This record gives sequence, structure tokens and C-alpha cells, in this order.
Amino acid sequence: MQKKENQEVENRPDNTAFTQQRLPAWQPILSAGIVIPLFVLVGLAFIGIGVALFVTSRNLHVLEMDYTGVEKTSPCFSCSDPIKQKNCKCSLSFELDKLFEGPVFFYYGLTNYFQNQRAYGVSKDYNQLSGDLDYFTFFFSIVPDSTCKPYRYDVNNKPIVPCGSLANSMFNDTFNLYQMKNGVKEEVPLDGKGISWWTDYNIKYRNPSVNPLRNAFNGTVKPLYWSKPAYELDPTDTANNGFINQDFLVWMRRSALPNFRKLYRRITDGLPAGNYSLEISYNYPVIAFDGKKKVAFSNVSWMGGKNEFLGIAYLVIGSLCLVMSVVMLIIYHWRNSSPDAN
Amino acid sequence: MCVLHLMLQGFDPPHQSETRTIYVANRFPLHGHYIPTVTFSNGDVFQYTIWNFVPKNLFEQFRRIANFYFLIIFLVQLMIDTPTSPVTSGLPLFFVITVTSIKQGYEDWLRHKADNEVNGAPVYVVRSGSLVGDIVRVAKDETFPVDLVLLSSDRPDGTCHITTASLDGETNLKTHYSVAETSVCQSVSQLESLQAVVECQQPEADLYRFVGRMTVTLLGEEIVRPLGPENLLLRGARLKNTKEIFGVAVYTGMESKMALNYKCKSQKRSAVEKSMNSFLIIYLCILLFEAILSTILKYAWQSEEKWNEPFYNQKTEQERNSSPILKFISDFLAFLVLYNFIIPISLYVTVEMQKFLGSFFIGWDLDLYHEESDQKAQVNTSDLNEELGQVEYVFTDKTGTLTENEMHFRECSINGTKYREVNGKLVPEGLTDDSPDGSTPHMVNHNKNGSQKNLKNLFFPIQSVALCHTVQISYDQPDCMVPGSDPFSHVNGFSANHMEYYASSPDEKALVEAAKRIGITFISSNGDTVEIKTFGKTEKFKLLHVLEFDPNRRRMSVILQTPSGGQIMFTKGAESAILPFATSGEMEKTRLHVDEFALKGLRTLVVACRHFSPEQYTEVDRRLNAARTALQQREEKLQEAFNFIERDLQLLGATGVEDKLQDKVQETIEALRLAGIKVWVLTGDKHETAVSVSLSCGHFHRTMNILELLQQRSDNECAEQLRRLARRIKEDHVIQHGLVVDGASLSLALREHEKLFMEVCKNCSAVLCCRMAPLQKAKVVRLIKTSPEKPITLAVGDGANDVSMIQEAHVGIGIMGKEGRQAVRNSDYAIARFKFLAKLLLVHGHFYYIRIATLVQYFFYKNVCFITPQFLYQFFCLFSQQTLYDSVYLTLYNICFTSLPILVYSLFEQLVHPHVLQSKPALYRDISRNSMLSFRTFLYWTLLGFCHAFVFFFGSYILMGEDTTLMGNGQMFGNWTFGTLVFTVMVITVTLKLALETHFWTWMNHFVTWGSIAFYFIFSLFYGGIIWPFLHTQDMYFVFVQLLSSGSAWFAIIIIIITCLFPDVIKKVFYRHLQPTNTQKNTLARALFHTCTFTLEPSHSDSNRLAADCLCWTKWGLDFSLFTL
Repeated sequence: MQKKENQEVENRPDNTAFTQQRLPAWQPILSAGIVIPLFVLVGLAFIGIGVALFVTSRNLHVLEMDYTGVEKTSPCFSCSDPIKQKNCKCSLSFELDKLFEGPVFFYYGLTNYFQNQRAYGVSKDYNQLSGDLDYFTFFFSIVPDSTCKPYRYDVNNKPIVPCGSLANSMFNDTFNLYQMKNGVKEEVPLDGKGISWWTDYNIKYRNPSVNPLRNAFNGTVKPLYWSKPAYELDPTDTANNGFINQDFLVWMRRSALPNFRKLYRRITDGLPAGNYSLEISYNYPVIAFDGKKKVAFSNVSWMGGKNEFLGIAYLVIGSLCLVMSVVMLIIYHWRNSSPDAN
Repeated sequence: MCVLHLMLQGFDPPHQSETRTIYVANRFPLHGHYIPTVTFSNGDVFQYTIWNFVPKNLFEQFRRIANFYFLIIFLVQLMIDTPTSPVTSGLPLFFVITVTSIKQGYEDWLRHKADNEVNGAPVYVVRSGSLVGDIVRVAKDETFPVDLVLLSSDRPDGTCHITTASLDGETNLKTHYSVAETSVCQSVSQLESLQAVVECQQPEADLYRFVGRMTVTLLGEEIVRPLGPENLLLRGARLKNTKEIFGVAVYTGMESKMALNYKCKSQKRSAVEKSMNSFLIIYLCILLFEAILSTILKYAWQSEEKWNEPFYNQKTEQERNSSPILKFISDFLAFLVLYNFIIPISLYVTVEMQKFLGSFFIGWDLDLYHEESDQKAQVNTSDLNEELGQVEYVFTDKTGTLTENEMHFRECSINGTKYREVNGKLVPEGLTDDSPDGSTPHMVNHNKNGSQKNLKNLFFPIQSVALCHTVQISYDQPDCMVPGSDPFSHVNGFSANHMEYYASSPDEKALVEAAKRIGITFISSNGDTVEIKTFGKTEKFKLLHVLEFDPNRRRMSVILQTPSGGQIMFTKGAESAILPFATSGEMEKTRLHVDEFALKGLRTLVVACRHFSPEQYTEVDRRLNAARTALQQREEKLQEAFNFIERDLQLLGATGVEDKLQDKVQETIEALRLAGIKVWVLTGDKHETAVSVSLSCGHFHRTMNILELLQQRSDNECAEQLRRLARRIKEDHVIQHGLVVDGASLSLALREHEKLFMEVCKNCSAVLCCRMAPLQKAKVVRLIKTSPEKPITLAVGDGANDVSMIQEAHVGIGIMGKEGRQAVRNSDYAIARFKFLAKLLLVHGHFYYIRIATLVQYFFYKNVCFITPQFLYQFFCLFSQQTLYDSVYLTLYNICFTSLPILVYSLFEQLVHPHVLQSKPALYRDISRNSMLSFRTFLYWTLLGFCHAFVFFFGSYILMGEDTTLMGNGQMFGNWTFGTLVFTVMVITVTLKLALETHFWTWMNHFVTWGSIAFYFIFSLFYGGIIWPFLHTQDMYFVFVQLLSSGSAWFAIIIIIITCLFPDVIKKVFYRHLQPTNTQKNTLARALFHTCTFTLEPSHSDSNRLAADCLCWTKWGLDFSLFTL
């Protein structure tokens, strides 16, 4: 008998909430009684946020100018001719009615430019870019990375450093901004520091620890399209050369979409009202693929540049929530008052 | 004693031959050039052994369309230059394969273990060879391990008794015989020297057919003896009443008749899995479409030189020179790889894990636990959990499934007075059992001062019951007497309690047992004497003749010589077979009583007797002997003689025996019917019994019009009858119809008139098939299963005779009954009692179905969400196969970020409270015919996935596409930030979408839902926070942190998520208010219910809970008007 009882204990399932599927549980039901107040709350909150975002965005200014030079009237028309592209200069004049509050961010923009192509994007050698000298030399067919093709070696089988399409196609127009004060051009100081991600500049990209830097590049050639080798990108600042050149880093961070802007310089003090002239050394060809080149000046708030989308989206969704809660309320009442509601 | 010598018959190669030759104990012919013709084939029911597990399991797994597909993708990735590394699909594939094989290996191991318990029972082999031909010893109460030809038993006549309960459900003792020449070899040493050859037919499934012969060489002389089914001991049968036997194995393993009656164990696939596969094919089409479209667009785009090769992205010489067709193909494959995640790789593994883990709840369920027998529900395969929610037809065995397989004597009618049995006393109708008559210990006699004759009148029918039967006795002591030897020496040694009756008819057994309780005990029978003890007084009757039962006469008789010397015949049978021949006795009253018994669902028998004068008896004896010895037309002559004898009967009374129905069978059948399930009873029992049980268990109603298709002898007759039935159904379609079919008529009906038969069946609300052979049961199931509507069938049974039906049906349920474990072992689920079926289907089935249906749909949804942005991105990157997300995200999306919430959901979700589900079986109809996986819902989820994907992508696109910086320091984001933004929005939205679908939030749901989102954030911070030395590129370095450092990104994430989900919420509210489903109406009840349960009853004891639930129901009823929603 005793044995039998023991057996029963053995086979009898445990009477716990878990095994009997009786775990205490929260069982929300999406009924109108809960959803309508919720929607009203969310709607009101969203409209509030939307207004705030919209106002913030409205207070920001953007000045964008195209300098591709497709039209004959364009100041850069002469430079857009591919034949006399070398060292062509043109200048763009514009006028500010009122102070452009600082800091003003100076972007260049390209359209129809697919930095996001796969073959293009992978065409680099990370080991090179992190300063590993082993990847600066020709080593059978392994180094530099084969993804760098067709910008891996030059005709003499010398490795290209930095290799790959991405580096090779680095944007090489340069800009100088002058304020016209009483007919005198006064250069506006452009700050090129901190335009790339801090981590890119300080951690991800590294120059080889060779001093002077140029020695590291012995036996290598500069990318085909570059006019200067990597170690001479910024003659004014030695810390801004090689792979940690800010412009280079900005370029290496590929844009997500074919129309993009990249940060070029910062104007810390802002631009006072007046006439300005932007001198462009026009090098970069875009007409072949119907591209456009632009410059843009913008100031930013905590949420970034001028972006009306977010504000509008919040307003739209917020109002939709309110409208739907009203619709639900009407239906709810109609159901309740109709005789066969039960 | 047995002298060895050998005699040889013609010999054929084993495979062409129709017979097999077995050398007993493998004593081969002395001539020596013969080889054994039979080799042992140990057919294996298992899928795997240790050695073949890995290759076979891999093969099995890659037969799955999804796994094979991923293998192909993986190989493609290895071969061509693809946008993602092979790891992205290789790792998930490896994960999936590993998890699945662990699960399958575990399940197979369990099966091995279970089978070893049965098959691994030690077998005492006297002399072994290659198994066939072994001499095997089997002791009392053991089952036969193989099919044996009986050689000898410990009885001098070489007979033994067996029961075949686990084979055909018959519990009576059957006598089997050995050949006289071998029956003398009762010891091992004697068997050692036995030289014999058995020739028999090749294995076949028919349990009752065996043809063979044995050639024994005795003293140099060859003696050939015929062998028939009475010489064959079937595997699975049990030795009874005999100390030990020796037999020679003829069919072993999968060749044994029992095994041949099992259909081969095929993998059952559930309807959900089938629709899953068709969805997969649709997705494969979407995938191919997207890949082809992308490839074509890519080339359309590239036809212009400026897009094909802008100066900044020059091609290598090799690329320029490769053949366009090759490039086209490799581009197509690359797109295929890029979009391949639209086929949810982890779907199968999640489904398997859900099924495997979820099935534990069945075993754990206390409501499915049977206290008396200490058995809980058992899950043999977890593949079919959700199929329990889809059942449309239930095929159930009767004996042991609907009934307890225990007959109990309940009432009788003696000389026109009705009596009830109460505690071993007969109480007349109308009298309470506490009337002061304890003085008569055994029997209440309402006519106390009646004469001895009166008392005798009462005893007499009971005596007749105790005498008129073919019951055998087995004594419980292991070394007890052998029937046939002198019984008297033993009678004193054992009290009557130790004996056990065996009868071919359980009714007889019940009657004899009842007689014993009342005080007239059947003590022994041997050959020609029957002994009963009437209130302590032993009486000895001489058995003169037994007129055996046959289904045509539907009665049986015994002719006895009373101790006083007179000859008397007792007849027992169906009332229709006796009343017409009765000439005296309380005919009208008895008829009335019989009808009353039948109405109560009792199985009725009528008892009558006839006294013979010496002259009459001489005539009877002469006629019987003549008929029995007739060489021609013996059957007819016997019938004639029986009819001559069984007339002029004096009616003694009637008995009512109850085959006790299992608890709550009626309620269960009713619940199943309310749930829209058609219940068919398939039984090997005879027609009357079956109908009466059907009536008493509520399968047939009194109001039902019962149609009969019985005893059809020819095709035409059968067709005619079917047409007649069809006409009758058409004529009055108001009444419900029930159909009774017997096995023979059924096979006729199925042979030629399947359509007509199905037509009739479909219009009947209840169908009862009686006299069914095991394979016939399976045939009926298959017939329904393959009918045009393809309904989901469920078979439930307890005996080995139900195994084929259990295996044939979509879902096979075994009842853990008295008839062995065969049904349980071959079933998909096993429960202790029929009543548990209601909870198993209505609650567990419902839950599993909803869980898995949502799981499947959600998986497709989340993968559409996952991969569509990637497809859309191609339009913005010149179809260059640039991935939107990083490889690690691609790999982990399905196996880490979004896998657990859905798994937990699919384990714990309860849309409706289980009590509501059980008390409202109609809710089962809400999910019938795979409604939650219909094309419409599939389309809804797929389109929802696409819509959400569009919102993710274009929301982020517009945000980024304005070219403005999103950071306060004026820096710009790159392509990986864009992808990460889309990915973040997606992970959160997809998780919250599931949260919206969840109705039952246990702490685990909370944990995994919020935990998954948190894990995504933590993982991304970690992954992006380190320069990974082994990675080729460091694209993701600090991307996530940069994204999160932007306020705009946060606002964008919130607004995109809300935009995705709020139409969904609105849709849900509108549907709930305007078109609530039955289930939704009841979720309200459930919610109330639940609060009640928790407020009223803090402790979880069952009784309290039930009481609280009841209270809740009333409360709910009152409050319902308040809850108009």
C-alpha cells in the first residue's frame, strides 16, 4: 500500500501555476474604453512635440547653392568643361540680409552620386587604413586587399596607398569664402577640425607610426586621381595628414543615399549680413553622370539641421490619433444607443 | 524420447516461395547442403541508431524544403561573390540543424527506451539459432515475444490457454493445441533431441489464418501433422492458466502478425505544417520575383554607360570581360542571397521547439491526470499538437474506450418481477434495500412466508445463469491446478475469491459473477461436469450438451443432468431469439422489462429452460449426435437440430447487464458534437451491443432515426439498401439520423459504392460501425481522410486492434486501458480516460492551434519586415546588392533579436480562459478548417509586413533624405547609420506588434519582450563599441552610439513605430466593436473570470478555484449587460 502511494506521488503532475498554465497574467483588452483615452493622450502629446519640432526647425536657416555649371549663365560654366578641368577656378557670389547665426556649418553636396554601391563601398583595405605597414607593400596577391581592384597596383605593380575606389574618388574641390567689405575681399576663417566622427579620427583610422609620415609611403604610389599623396593632404597641419585627414575621413564615411551632403568646414562665429564670394577650385567631374555639385550653409539646433519632416510627421500622426479617437467615440456611442447593441 | 531424424520437403529459395520452412531449433538436415531459408529480420520501428544518426538525421532535415533551400543559399554564398558572407546563412542554418537534431535525437531516444521496456523483456530461449526456429519458453502471464507454434505445455494434453486481449480485444480464454508428437517433450532435455520441420505460409497480416504443417521424425518415421491457427501463439497474446509452454518461433520481429497489422510508422504532418509549406512556396515566389526584378532593373539601369561605370567606380578588366550571361546569373544569385532571409530560416526550429516544449503542458495537466490508475497524459509525438485544434471527425473504439470494459450485472426480471442488485442482494423493484430482511443473507425475498417452491422459483433462474455459459475458471495461484485434472482436491484449498472467470462474452462473465455474489457460485467445470454451490450447498450437474452460440440464432443452450437425475436445458440469448419460442412463463411482463432494461442502456439477455422427459431427451440426444457427426452439410443439420431442441421454452426471466460506461462519456461526446466534431464509433463488437452502448453514451439519441446497413451479402443488395437509406434521409431531413453499419456490409459498400456510402454518412449525425476488423477500421478512417473535403480525423482506441486506425488517422489517441500498451505506444497522444478527450481537444487543441498559427504568420511577417527595406534600398544604390544592415544584424535578427518573444508567446498565450473553452465547445468552431492560416489572414500578415517595411524604410529615407545633419555637431551619418536606424525601428516595431497580439502577459512575456529590445540595444552598443580584431571591416564601429546621440533619431524612431502600430490598434478596436468573433466575445468573460478567480481565491486549491469560477459565471451573467463592448 505504501508503495502504491509513493508511485502516485511519482506520476501525479505538479499542481503549480506554471504546469497548469495558470500563471498570473496581465490580460489587456484593446477595447474602446482604454484605447480612446490613450489615443487622445498620444495625440495631444504628439501635437505638442510636433509644434516644438516644427518651430525649432523653422528657426534654422539653410543656404544652398548649385555650382555645377551646367547652364551657360552659371559662374562655373567654364570649369564644367572636362577638357580644361585642371585647376579651374570660379567664384559664387551671394548676399545675406541678416546675420547667419553661428556656428554655421558649410557642406558640399553631390547628387546622383552612388557612394552606396557595394563594389565601391568595399573597395578599401581596412588594414592599410588602420596604419598596418604590412599592407603597404606588394605581397603576392594577398596584399593589399583584392577588394581594392582596380585601384590596387599601378602599372609598375606598386601598391596604391590608400587603395581602392572609395579613397581614389575623394572629393577634391576646395573652397574659400570671402566677405566683400566695401569692395575688399576679406577671407572668412573656416574651421576644418572636428568635421569627422571623433572615433574615426581618433581610433578607427590610424597613420602608421613612422616619423616623418612620408617614409611610411616609400615604395607606394598615391591614388590615381589624387594630385597630392596622402601625407601631403594638408600642408598647414601635420596632424591632419595621411589617413586621419578630416576631409578624407568625411569622404570615407559613405553616404546612405545618392543625394548627399558632406560637412566641409565650420564657421564658428556665423556670417554677418553682407555680400560674400565663394571661390571654388573646380576639380571634381560630375556632369558625366548628370550629377550636381552644391554648397550649403546651415546652422543647427540640438536636433540637427533644418528638418521639417519630423515636426510635420508628429503633427499629422497626432491629429490622426485625435480624429480616430473621435471616430471611435462616435461608433462607441452609436453602438451603445442602438437597440440591438447587446 | 523424441528421436532425432529429419525429413525434408521440397525446398525453394525464400523470396519466391510461398511457404517458409523452419527447422525447429535450427537443426538442419543431416545432408548438410541446405542452408536455412529464413533469416531473422528485426524490422526496426525506430528512425535512428547511434551510427546512422548523423547522416540520416541530416538527410531527413535537408529534405525539408526550407533547410534545403538554406543549404543551397549557403553553397551559393561559398561559390560566388556575394553581398553577405557565408556565415550569415551558415550560422543560422547550423543553429537550426543542431537544435532540431538534438530534439529529434532525444525523442527517438525516448522511443527506444519505451520500446526496450516491452521488447526487451527477457525471453527464455531454450535453443537459439537465428531466432526463427528458436525454441522459446514462456511462463504463465507472460506475453509471447514472437509468433510461436506450440510444441508442448506442462499439461499432459499439450494444450494451453491464452488471452488475445491486446490483439483483438477479446478477453476470454482460448485453448490452443500442440501436435501430439511434440507435446510429450515437456522438458528442455527432451526438446534438445526433438527433430522437426515446420512449413508454413509466408507472414501475413490476418490474425486468424495460419496454414502449415509440421513434420516430426519419430523413431525414424516421418509423421506429418497439419498446423492451423489453433497451433499458433501470436506475439502480444498472453499465456494464462498454464504454467509454461514451449514453442518454436515462426514469425519474429516485424514479421509477426501483430507487427504486420501495424501500418508502417509514417511521419504525420499537421495541417499547419502543410499550410506552412505552401506559404513557404509563396514566399519563395516572392523572393524569386524580387531577385529577378532586381536583376532586370540592374541591367536596365546599367545599359546607360554613365550608370554602368562612373569614373569613381571603375570595373576591373576581369569584370569587363566576363560573359554577360555569367554575370547575369551571378547577379541573380547575389540578389537571391541578399533577399534570402525573407524565407524564415528559424521558423522550423522555433516551431519544433514550441511543439516540443509546449507538449509538456499536456503531460503536466492535472485535469488529464487519472487519479485511480495514477496515469497522466502522455505525448508521443509533439508534431501534432495544433492538429488537436482542427479535428473534424473522431473515430472511437467502444470497448475499453467509451466503456470501462467491465460488465456489471444490474437488474433482472424473474417471473415477471423486476429485481435490482444491491450489495449482493436482489431487491425487488419498488422496495428499498433497507427493509428488514437481513435475516435472509443472500437474497431478499419479498414473499418471506412463501413456500419452498416459491423460493425455488426465484433461485432457479439464477441457477440457470450460473450454469448456462461457457465461462472458464482460472485460479490466481501460480502453481494451481490445471483444468482437466481433478478439481476437487483444489477446491478446498482455495477460497472462491481466488478464482477468476474468463469468458468469451463479458456479459456471461458478469452474469456468473453476479450469481456468485448472490450466492450461487459456479465452482468448476471440467469436460462433462459442472459444479455450483448454492448457498453453501454444492450441486453437481452433468453436462450433456452445449449448443454453442452463433450469431444467427443469437442464443446458446446447455443440456444438463440435474443431481436428481432429470434432464434440463437452459437457454440464454437475445430476447428476439427466445421469446418467440417460449410457451410458458411471464411472457408479457418479461418483454416489458426487457424493453425497460434496454432503455436504460443495459445489455439484455433472456433466460429460459426446458425440461425433457426421458423419451424427449433420447430424441434430442440422437438428433444432436447425428448432426454433429454428419459428414455433409453439418452446419445446416446442426441448425436444424438446434431449432428442433430450442422450442417449447419456459421463460424464466431476463437480465440486464451494464457495460459500465466510463465517466462523463456522454458529456464528452456531447461537447465534441457541439464543437462541430462528428463522432464515429468503430467497434469489433456485435451490432446489438454496439447500438445499446451507443445509445447509453449519447452517441445515438432516442430521437434519432437509426438507419441500418447490416448483413448485406451482395453488391447489389448493398447498393439498393444504400439508395434506400439516402432516400429516407432526403425524405425527412428534420430528424437526425444515425447509421449502423457492420464490417461485412461496409467492405461491400466501400468496394463499389464509396460515393453513395459517403453521401449517406455525411448526412448522418452519428455513425456506428460494428463487427470491424482492425484494418477495416483504418480503412474507414482513410476513406474519410481522403474524401474531397480532406477533414482532419482523430482516432481513439485502447487495444492493439485499434493500432492501425490510430496510425491511419491524422491524430491517434491511445487510451491507457486494460488491453495492454500497444495502442498507447503507437498513438500520438495517450490519455487515461475518454473524457479527457474534451479538454485535450477543446482546450489544449485550441491553445496550440492559436499559438502555432500566430507563430507561423508572425514569422512570415517579421521576415517581410526584415528584408523588404533591403529590397527597397536596391532602388537607391543602383541595384549593386549593397546590404542595408550589417552582416551580424542579418545573422542575429532571427536567432536572437526576435526569436524569444514569439517562442514565449507560443508557449503561454491564452486567448480565452480554459474554463470558458471547455464550457463553450462551440468556440472550437471558430478555429476549424485551419481558419487562422487561411489565405486571407496570410495575406493580411504579409501585406502588413510590406506596409511596415515601407514605413520603416521611407520614414528613415525622408528623415535622412533631406540631406541635413541629424546631429547637434553638424556631422553627417553614413549608410550604416541609415541601415541601423531602419533596423532599430524594425526590431522594436516587430516586437511590439507581437506585444499587441499577446493577450496573456505572464512575467515571462514581459521579460522576453522588453528583454529582447534591451538586448538589442545592449548588444549593439557592445558590438559597435569594440574594434573586432577578426572582422574584415569595422563598418559598425560606433555607428549605434552615433545614432543614439542624435535627438532627431530618437524622435524618428518613436514616430515611425507609432505610425506602424496605430492603424493596427484601430483595426483591432473596430473589429472588436463591429464584428466580434465568438472567441472575442468570450475574452471579455475570460477577463472578468480571471479577476474573479484572483480576487475571490488567493490560494490555488482546485475546489476553491472551481467554486470561484462558478461564482464568476453568475457574476458575469449579471454584468454582461454593463459590458456592451
